[in-house]
Amino acid sequence: MAVKQPVKFYQVGSFAVGNRLVDLSRRTAQADAHRANALTSGHRACQGCGEALGARCVLDAAMAATDGRLVAVNATGCLEVFTTPYPETSWNIPWLHSLFANAPAVASGVAAALAAQGRSDIRVIAQAGDGGTVDIGFGALSGMFERNDDVLFVCYDNEAYMNTGVQRSGATPAAARTATTEAVGPEPGNAFGQGKDLPRLAMAHGIPYVATATVAELHDLEAKVHRAMAVRGARYLHVLVPCPLGWGSAPSDTVHVARLAKETGLFPVFEAEHGVVVGATPIRSRAPVEDYLRLQSRFAHLFGPSGAVARPDVVARIQGLADDNVARYGLCPPVDDHGGGDGGRHDDGEVA
Amino acid sequence: MRFHGRGGQGVVTAAELLSVAAFLEGRCAQAFPSFGSERAGAPVTAFCRISDGEIRTRAPVTEADALVVQDATLLHDAGLTRGLRPHGYLLVNTSRSVEELPLPASVRALPGDHLVTVPATELALRHVGRPVPNAVLLGGLAALCGVVRLESVASAIGERFPGRVAGSNVVAATAAFDLVSQAAPRRWAAAPASVGPRTEGPVDAHAD
Amino acid sequence: MLTQIEGSRAVAQAVAACRPQVVCAYPITPQTHIVEALGAMVKAGQLERCAFVNVESEFSAMSVAIGASAAGSRAYTATASQGLLFMIEAVYNAGGLGLPIVMTLANRAIGAPINIWNDHSDAMAVRDSGWIQLFAETNQEAADLHVQAFRLAEEVSLPVMVCMDGFLLTHATERVDVPEPGQVDAFLPPFEPRQVLDPAEPVSIGAMVGPDAFTEVRYLAHARQLGALERIEEVAAAFTGVFGRRSGGLVSPYRAEDADVVLVAMGSIIGTAKDAVDELRRGGLRAGIVGITSFRPFPLDAVHDAIGEARRVVVVEKAFSAGFGGVLSTDVGLAIDDAKRRVATVVAGLGGRPVTERAIASVVEDAAAGRLERLRFLDLDRAAVERELSRMGRARRSGPSAENLVRDLAAARRAGAVVGRG
Repeated sequence: MAVKQPVKFYQVGSFAVGNRLVDLSRRTAQADAHRANALTSGHRACQGCGEALGARCVLDAAMAATDGRLVAVNATGCLEVFTTPYPETSWNIPWLHSLFANAPAVASGVAAALAAQGRSDIRVIAQAGDGGTVDIGFGALSGMFERNDDVLFVCYDNEAYMNTGVQRSGATPAAARTATTEAVGPEPGNAFGQGKDLPRLAMAHGIPYVATATVAELHDLEAKVHRAMAVRGARYLHVLVPCPLGWGSAPSDTVHVARLAKETGLFPVFEAEHGVVVGATPIRSRAPVEDYLRLQSRFAHLFGPSGAVARPDVVARIQGLADDNVARYGLCPPVDDHGGGDGGRHDDGEVA
Repeated sequence: MRFHGRGGQGVVTAAELLSVAAFLEGRCAQAFPSFGSERAGAPVTAFCRISDGEIRTRAPVTEADALVVQDATLLHDAGLTRGLRPHGYLLVNTSRSVEELPLPASVRALPGDHLVTVPATELALRHVGRPVPNAVLLGGLAALCGVVRLESVASAIGERFPGRVAGSNVVAATAAFDLVSQAAPRRWAAAPASVGPRTEGPVDAHAD
Repeated sequence: MLTQIEGSRAVAQAVAACRPQVVCAYPITPQTHIVEALGAMVKAGQLERCAFVNVESEFSAMSVAIGASAAGSRAYTATASQGLLFMIEAVYNAGGLGLPIVMTLANRAIGAPINIWNDHSDAMAVRDSGWIQLFAETNQEAADLHVQAFRLAEEVSLPVMVCMDGFLLTHATERVDVPEPGQVDAFLPPFEPRQVLDPAEPVSIGAMVGPDAFTEVRYLAHARQLGALERIEEVAAAFTGVFGRRSGGLVSPYRAEDADVVLVAMGSIIGTAKDAVDELRRGGLRAGIVGITSFRPFPLDAVHDAIGEARRVVVVEKAFSAGFGGVLSTDVGLAIDDAKRRVATVVAGLGGRPVTERAIASVVEDAAAGRLERLRFLDLDRAAVERELSRMGRARRSGPSAENLVRDLAAARRAGAVVGRG
């Protein structure tokens, strides 16, 4: 049995620990000194890494949901690299890293073995970045979905191949600058019309549970992990995890940027079962995409030296993408007399 | 033995069944196809070797003691019968007579009762209800050269196919056996008495 | 049980008798019958406590096997040729992690040009992956080697691939004494993993290893392969003890003790070569064979001893290294390690080209007479090659060579010309 390390709160920070005046039962697992601490301190993630926060939250929630009976399979990527810096590991749970493209298949193998051994009480979680999910891992993922293997697959989406130096992936948003979509030429940054909507692709496979979440709302993220673990079969969780290094945002802005991704409508937060959306988290206070883009230097080429918008055409197209999401998922339900604003712009909900 | 036919006619199965029949008589037998992808209608060749001792070679049968042609249209290829030994046997599935078939001179030079035709497809249609002549032809082969007994062919069919299908195939095979027996009395002696492991005997000691 | 059975089905039954818990595979000619048979057994409930996973690619097949083995289950898969290459990253991964997976490799040529028939190019492509590679001469040996493979893999903590010639063995129906579950249980104990994903004792498997320790980790793999040299013979002996017949081991000599010319080969070609050797001996030529069963680890000492004092050594192999020569030959040359005796390489049977006893015999006769060059491609149609080369010399846009050659040969056949061999 691994030596259980005492959890110190300085490693978590007040956001995750939550309001200390509130009862522990109403705070996230990160507030609990007796949590599994599946991903313990000492890993080598960057300051402000959204993925580290997301993974820790997801796995501690999964450990709570499975009463400690969990096996994790990890694809190659940032998470795998910064959690197992030779000669150390920061994992307190059984953990297997095989290759970049095969996390879904390896996890399927683990699940099949446990079932054959009569140990289906042990659950399997597979995790990968956006590259290992939407690009190189997609074939294996689709196969896992199609077979409905009993695995929860979690994608930590930081919208590019970060570990190798910020190259563009199939999840990189339009106009974003990466090392392979530089901010040069008449159409700087990543092209429009690209990008795989993995949550919808997962839904197209009809699997029992698909959900999206961000690291801005840990309660929501935890609840979705619990909901996923209450179900058998193939499940998919897509978590937006800002990367200060790759996005060019301040390390202290990670949670704020994630929240803005949701509040602009660029990242819809919803749940689906068997291919049908069953609920979406409404936008609390609709923000224009500019507020989100401005915080990240990967979009710096859209703004001038004074901070004014230099490419209004591009920003407008991005706004259009956000508006589409709002319409598709009903993220701005009609406002009643209680009003909504606290200074933010309201969307009139009339966009087609 | 070499079996020639087209994809879908059960050529490979024919060779396998013959090998099973020989196995049931306590002999060693090897059957394998020479072919490619699954495609109905393409020419298919299969081989079968039968011996009292271990069969070690994996080469295709180039010098054959007997040829079974399940589809007479293949005879337009003059090379089909290449390698048939001067006293070998040729069994052709056709309702035509030997004289009507396109055969090279070397084949016409075979001893009279070594070259026989059997309307196997018609027999199969009549008894089995499907135009698959492979099992039927084995009955004819048993009568033609006696390399296996009819009973062994029947047992092999019974092992391979389910109840009613097996029964009807055996009936058809027996009909072919009777037809050929009348046309060509068996030339080969019964299976040799010694059935043991082969030591360094002559290379051609097995029936190809 | 003694039965007349297709090689693939014999292997499937032997594997089933080993009680695998996870079977996963992607179909590829010529392995399909093996996996179909296993799948049917699982579906019919004949194989208990076994998950049959229909994967969507070979890469996933090996990955599922990796996950299953790491989770403590006996895992099995099968592939060939292109499929092996598609999973090659995972093959090396399994080798490096030391997971005792057993795989059937139904030897088939690697394209381009695409070819579904037998040769050994696929096995050669992964000879440095850390897997143990055993070559079966007959379908009896193929069935037996799978049983030995599970035990060997689990004892030495290395994955094992059993190589059997595609079509020549997989699709050949012959007499096999198929190992039965009761016998196998007496020979093969339940799988006890050396490393396993267990919530009660969490470990991290597959972490990065830096320059400081990588050499040592890799050396351990080498040491395990060397240790396997002994274990392979021990496992074969134990097999004989339970099953009463000899199968496997490192090498299989045939009339090699007093041979003047020794043929070295792997796989089913050995059978054909035995017929050739017997014919040559009758003619007074002292020929012999050293069949190699364990290709990896390569048994240098055993091969050296088996070849003995033979004057001429001819390696007949079904693969080659373009622009260089033989693959197996290089290993055999190392085993002989004798400047006075050079190994002659005969590349034969590529892409399913039939190899006859006569062709083998004539190679031996040439060797005995000192007429065998260092590298010979058996039955090469030199004229056809020359025609294509001159075609390429005449025009820049000469077209795809493969298609040109095939068209050329078909035309020659139609014209009834006998194309010269040699």
